[in-house]
Amino acid sequence: MDFFLEVLTGGLLAGLMYSLVAIGFVLIYKASGVFNFAQGSMVLFAALTFVSLLERGVPFWVSFAITLLAMIVLAWAIERIVLRPLVNRPPITLFMATLGLSYIIEGLAQALWGAQVHGLDLGISDEPLEVGGMLLSQFDLFAAATAGALVLVLSLLFNKTRIGISLRAVADDQLAALAVGIKLQRIWMVVWAVAGFVGLVAGLLWGARLGVQFSLSLVVLKALPVLIIGGFTSIGGAIAGGLIIGASEKLAEVYLGPMIGGGIENWFPYVLALLFLLVRPAGIFGERAIERV
Amino acid sequence: MIYRESGQFVTTYGADRRIFKLWQQRWALYTLLGFAFAVVPFIGNDYWFSAILIPFLVLSLAGLGLNLLTGYAGQISLGSAAFMAVGAFAAYNFQLRIEGMPLLLSFVLGGFTAAMVGVVFGLPSLRIKGFYLLVSTLAAQFFVTWVLTQFGWFSNYNSSGVITAPPLVIAGYDFSSPAGRYLLTLGVVTVLAFLTRNIVRSELGRHWMAVRDMDTAAAVIGIPILKTKLLAFAISSFLLGIAGALWAFTYLGTVEPHGFDLSRSFQILFIIIIGGMGSILGNFLGAAFIVLLPILLSNLSANFLAGVVDPGQLENLQKIIFGALIIFFLIKEPSGLARLWQLLRERARIWPQRF
Repeated sequence: MDFFLEVLTGGLLAGLMYSLVAIGFVLIYKASGVFNFAQGSMVLFAALTFVSLLERGVPFWVSFAITLLAMIVLAWAIERIVLRPLVNRPPITLFMATLGLSYIIEGLAQALWGAQVHGLDLGISDEPLEVGGMLLSQFDLFAAATAGALVLVLSLLFNKTRIGISLRAVADDQLAALAVGIKLQRIWMVVWAVAGFVGLVAGLLWGARLGVQFSLSLVVLKALPVLIIGGFTSIGGAIAGGLIIGASEKLAEVYLGPMIGGGIENWFPYVLALLFLLVRPAGIFGERAIERV
Repeated sequence: MIYRESGQFVTTYGADRRIFKLWQQRWALYTLLGFAFAVVPFIGNDYWFSAILIPFLVLSLAGLGLNLLTGYAGQISLGSAAFMAVGAFAAYNFQLRIEGMPLLLSFVLGGFTAAMVGVVFGLPSLRIKGFYLLVSTLAAQFFVTWVLTQFGWFSNYNSSGVITAPPLVIAGYDFSSPAGRYLLTLGVVTVLAFLTRNIVRSELGRHWMAVRDMDTAAAVIGIPILKTKLLAFAISSFLLGIAGALWAFTYLGTVEPHGFDLSRSFQILFIIIIGGMGSILGNFLGAAFIVLLPILLSNLSANFLAGVVDPGQLENLQKIIFGALIIFFLIKEPSGLARLWQLLRERARIWPQRF
């Protein structure tokens, strides 16, 4: 039983790491209806920029600020060059545009900073910590705390600031938001920049875990089932989805894996998400689409 | 005034149903096919066959398969490579395990196996729509690769999971030379392309387009949604399966499950975006573009930028260019190269006038 609890908690904590990536998706989807496949590349780009600056002797917080600035510039460029000309196109077109975007960002990141693997040390020891008889990774706890803080900051931003309220207005109803004088383009830029910031945080944590390298952009594939289960439009859903995926993935690996052979963590979340979808086609917290002819 | 339809009257129902109604178009097609079948095998060299023409044809077929599903039936899929893998491994196993199995029949059976797998992963499409459906196809992508690597039976217990093409012999003729493999691929692709062209203008094709444009409305006018969507998945996977078998047998010769990974699915998706969604010709244009662009880029950089751009950067550059092209096409010409070709033809019809 202790072992079960330990696996479960480990899974839940790992799941929060997935949620971190998923939150970036949700932000963009809510505000602009774009399913942003490039989120993974943004994570890679942010982590690579940060680590390369750090290696060139730039202090931690300065590199953090510079990377954040780079993400804002990136968001501005994306809004100007990609999103604005594609206004009013079907969502599928926008999705494919973000596929192209992910190629550009990946290529750019590697062209600028090289393709070798960088180590990233955030100064958190990965020694297991004993909590209530369970051995938990300190790093996982830190990541979970970061995710919690991030959600807190985001909800403050959304509920207490002027720009956050306009973000929510746009998410609710774009036309009505336009009618009361909210500048849609600026909101999009802001939301992409915020998603870039979330990507930076996710990139630092994932980079410290896996090393900063190309495969970092593949965390997007881990975040997709999380989104599906949580629904595309809810930050709370992204967290809940991450917890469900993380826990069930670890449990399946430990208990189901030996029965059917290892390496199931690649597809298991997807099959799980699929089963969820068959019961609830819009995820747990997603908005149910109402269709009319 | 390059060509005109004036004076060519349709007098029979048969003539009205033709794909190419003008004799100029028909003769252009016959000439092209005659050239591809009878002249190219003699003038092409091994490099052209193995590195350009065969991958071009196979990717066109794969694009054709995906275009039926995404371009005509409107169901977006990121699992194309998985269905190719199923086709390739199924065809390999049919060849291996059944004595005297004809090569072409094993292609067809491989295609049917892929179609069945496609239907299984297409089943959720009735309930799940849009981006949520992506998950189903991604599940196919990861699950199929895992199964093919995990269970040695599929690759006949090869230690690295690699399958090797059987001898390409059809009715006593050996097609193993580069020119032979080219002819085999060309033959299969030509037949399937004609078949597909006819499917999309049949009742089924029109159902697909109705479902793509708005499936609720299609259901209201009495189109059986489940059957239509599942047939789209089945036929699309069938074509992808055969494309996979050709990819393994005539192009690469040996292939492992990871040869059919997610980036291959993306490549096929890019073919139909660049070539044109909902167009048959577009797949060929898109595939030609995807095959030729990397070659063009590496030649350009070798000749003009030697020493300026190092080879490692070339790959990044290629990625950036591909991404930029995708976005460019989506913004400027959402219907792809096929639309450009159509505009060109319309201009040619009225040339030298403009209107």
